[in-house]
Amino acid sequence: MTQNVYFYLIVAALTLYAIRALPMTLIRKDIKSPFLRSFLYYVPYVTLAVMTFPAILHATGSPYSAWAGFIAALGIAYVDGNLFRVAIGACAMVYVAELFL
Amino acid sequence: MHKEIQKGNGYWYKKGLRDGIPIAMGYFAVAFTLGITAKNIGMTPVQAAVSSMLLHASAGQYAAMTVIASGTGYLEMVMTTLIVNLRYLLMSCALSQKAGSSMKTGHRMVVSYYITDEIFGIASAVEGKLNPFYNYGAATVAGPGWTVGTFLGALLGAALPERLGRAFGVALYGMFIAIIIPPAKKSRIICGIVIFSMLASFLFSLIPGIREISEGFKIIILTVVIAGFAAWKFPVRENDTEQEGRADN
Repeated sequence: MTQNVYFYLIVAALTLYAIRALPMTLIRKDIKSPFLRSFLYYVPYVTLAVMTFPAILHATGSPYSAWAGFIAALGIAYVDGNLFRVAIGACAMVYVAELFL
Repeated sequence: MHKEIQKGNGYWYKKGLRDGIPIAMGYFAVAFTLGITAKNIGMTPVQAAVSSMLLHASAGQYAAMTVIASGTGYLEMVMTTLIVNLRYLLMSCALSQKAGSSMKTGHRMVVSYYITDEIFGIASAVEGKLNPFYNYGAATVAGPGWTVGTFLGALLGAALPERLGRAFGVALYGMFIAIIIPPAKKSRIICGIVIFSMLASFLFSLIPGIREISEGFKIIILTVVIAGFAAWKFPVRENDTEQEGRADN
């Protein structure tokens, strides 16, 4: 198995690198089309929102503590927006919430 | 080009290091559980760590481990990797524009190696054009967090205090929220897009027949449809992106 595992990993790594690197290295110019520019401008917001919800509800021991963490993150992000404080605040909220469950 | 990157590479590297810390912590916790999975399918801690160094993609790695465990062959590995990770293709397209035409091929190739959900997230949130050293800084702390987490997970198994591990499970989502909320506060369009995306994603997880779609495909379908619709209905005016580019100088 040992030999095989590394071959498998290299195949996966090459495929993954191609996906990550091809657009980044081939699209050199600023895209002019207003539609494509707008589309790419909106991509991160949609992608991150879709990845966050509802997946966050399954990220902890129970949906209740997850909701607490989710709401805490929204609240802290609204007033502050600092990555570290939002992430830690959400974790702390989940930890505290799970003490009561 | 314009003087887009006036602050030096050192400034951006340090900023990347700083923003990479919460990513590294979240990665450590998630990677730890991934390491446990790796151990369960019979991978050694070193193999698990190598998979993290080469792939650094949570769902992608999990899928790769499934293929390794079933031993179904290299073509299967290529196909699975393509499908599960296709969202990185979109992220790479978006980053190619964020990078601006002044970024050299060498930098583009290195930046590409470490496109993850989280690093893509913080890189697209940077004001103005992207300096590759920002990504290098973030990858310098986040990369080891991911790899060491996987290694220890495979080595120690379920020894992490359970309650602590569960609490860290939301760290990465907290970061996503920290990235999307401030712009949503400023723009009603982005606010609407964020809320709609979350609702659509929620619906996709409920409806029978649709909820069986893999997480990777779901992200691609919703991103293309929603961002495409938004781009059609609410095209970003040329000077909006220009403004954004100037804000940092």
